[in-house]
Amino acid sequence: MPLKILVTAKRVEDAESKIKVNPAGTGIVPDGLKYKINPFDEIGVEEALRLTAKHGGEVVVVSIGTKDVQEQLRHALAMGAHKAIWVNHTGPLDQLAIAGLLQKIAEKEKPDLAILGKQAIDDDQNQVGQYLAEWLGWAQATFASKEESLESDAEKSKTPALKLAADGKSITVVREVDGGLQTVEAPLPAVATTELRLNQPRFASLPGIMKAKSKPIEEHTPASLGVDATPKLTVTKLEHPPARKAGIKVPDVATLVDKLKNEAKAL
Amino acid sequence: MHFGLSDDEKALQEAARKFAREVMRPRSAHYDEKSEFPREIITQAAELGFMNMTLPAEVGGLELPHVAQALIAEELAWGCSGMATSMIANDLALLPLVLGASAEQKERFLRPFTGDPTRLASFALTEPGAGSDVAGLRTTARREGDFYVLNGQKQWISNGEYAHHFTVFATTDTSKKHKGLLCLVVERTLPEGFTTGKHENKMGQRASNTVTLNFDNVKVPVANRIGEEGEGFLLAMSTLDNSRPLTAMFAIGIARAAMEHALDYSRQRQQFGKPIAEFQAIQFMLADMAADIEAARLLTHKSAWLLDDGQRNTLVSSYAKRFAADMAMKATTDAVQIYGGYGYSREYPVEKLMRDAKLIQVYEGTSQVQRIVIARELIRGL
Repeated sequence: MPLKILVTAKRVEDAESKIKVNPAGTGIVPDGLKYKINPFDEIGVEEALRLTAKHGGEVVVVSIGTKDVQEQLRHALAMGAHKAIWVNHTGPLDQLAIAGLLQKIAEKEKPDLAILGKQAIDDDQNQVGQYLAEWLGWAQATFASKEESLESDAEKSKTPALKLAADGKSITVVREVDGGLQTVEAPLPAVATTELRLNQPRFASLPGIMKAKSKPIEEHTPASLGVDATPKLTVTKLEHPPARKAGIKVPDVATLVDKLKNEAKAL
Repeated sequence: MHFGLSDDEKALQEAARKFAREVMRPRSAHYDEKSEFPREIITQAAELGFMNMTLPAEVGGLELPHVAQALIAEELAWGCSGMATSMIANDLALLPLVLGASAEQKERFLRPFTGDPTRLASFALTEPGAGSDVAGLRTTARREGDFYVLNGQKQWISNGEYAHHFTVFATTDTSKKHKGLLCLVVERTLPEGFTTGKHENKMGQRASNTVTLNFDNVKVPVANRIGEEGEGFLLAMSTLDNSRPLTAMFAIGIARAAMEHALDYSRQRQQFGKPIAEFQAIQFMLADMAADIEAARLLTHKSAWLLDDGQRNTLVSSYAKRFAADMAMKATTDAVQIYGGYGYSREYPVEKLMRDAKLIQVYEGTSQVQRIVIARELIRGL
């Protein structure tokens, strides 16, 4: 039973770049920054490709932003996604606007499943998947993870961790929750969000990169989708976390226990 | 003039960079130490398209432009130049066919490499007694009906132990010098009398497999001859014109790795109460590395671009190979110097780079041969 899966490819700052807040505290300094696909989204693309490899179907990848986000769309296409949707938008966006845009795209594309990163590594909001499921009225299975280790044979043979039921009407998802794993079943259509432990994304191959060039990128704008993308959330100030203070050395275990008990009050 | 990369080029470069960083580099010290063939990594590289990049579309190949191949070569060599040499050995071996084979031969010999990208190929030109003196090679090809009978020995053959396909240069008449050379495809499945020698215990690029090939009355069908008798020398030289930019990029990848290590180390290493990066003696070495790497890169990119533009690149690719190889030797030597005693230890990564860099000054035309080519082109008036 072929699946149509909608995935996301947010453009985020590469964590290996040096991220600096500008002096006014209104944003980060863009000079010299590198960008990549949000790693959680990349895991979503991988999982969607594994599911469609197993069951047939189509993977549609969407990204929102300036023309630059086409780089991330091409990356997902090079991995194997079939079609891309670019929502052309310049300026800040909040999670409500993003979920609203994705909602309209989901209503147009009518996927069986949407797989989103549980959060993006830039602002770590962890909200869009939940909003999207709520507004679409779909089931949600957040923090999809895996029972086996990523080093396991199952992973090496690339078994999907999101399992489609035999009748094709629901998925079983292993969720990472505080203190362990929880397995839920969600009727389709549904929204799933990904944990880091769900899979190891494949490398883009050179033939994949060359083929990606001829795959379609469909363009929309918030206006064409009928979404007011004006942020309702304002960022007032960004600042670096305070530098960590140097640690201390203790001469013996007794002193350590004493300090943990009386200074840190941890015991 | 335009120095920017296209979106495709950036994507290909990024793919190679990721593979080099996540797959090649973490295993490079192991394969250097053991001098084993990194089969798993070579297979994965082949499946991802980092081998046989030069194969034409007519046989199902990617036919990547030379500039794109050059960008990829830098990244692969940054990951491990020994592994990269094994990967590019295929392209080197298949280039004479890309340049000179008939449509039937391309179908017969090149198509299998796009069907099964894990097949390996070797370029067999050098001999125990013929290195820089290519025209002096002694492996003979004696015509007998529909066959040539090959006799002789080839030396320093990358991938030789594992290759399925050998592109062999031999002579029909040693007295004819370079006019007597021809190019033959020898398939591993074919011949009786064909053996490979032991894997060489090399100073650097130890992950690459290097053996001798022995031909003892090996019968090769005439249908396996690429081009005509007497065209072997030209095919070999045109192949080297095509591959020289890639070899130069290897030098740049090695040098960049050395510079990055040296830069990191000089920021951390404290002497006289401050990081050694604050001393001009160290700064000057780092500054020279950075400028020389960039100069070598631009020169080499140009030598690849000339090919994509349909121009002869013999002179510029010889500039590039000469400059990049000598530059990498200096940069890696200075990186060891910046590391001081630690640089001389195998526990640290820079001495490997110095050993690896040395080979670039030697293989595929020594730095001295590059100078001869340059001088000859200059004096001949280009």
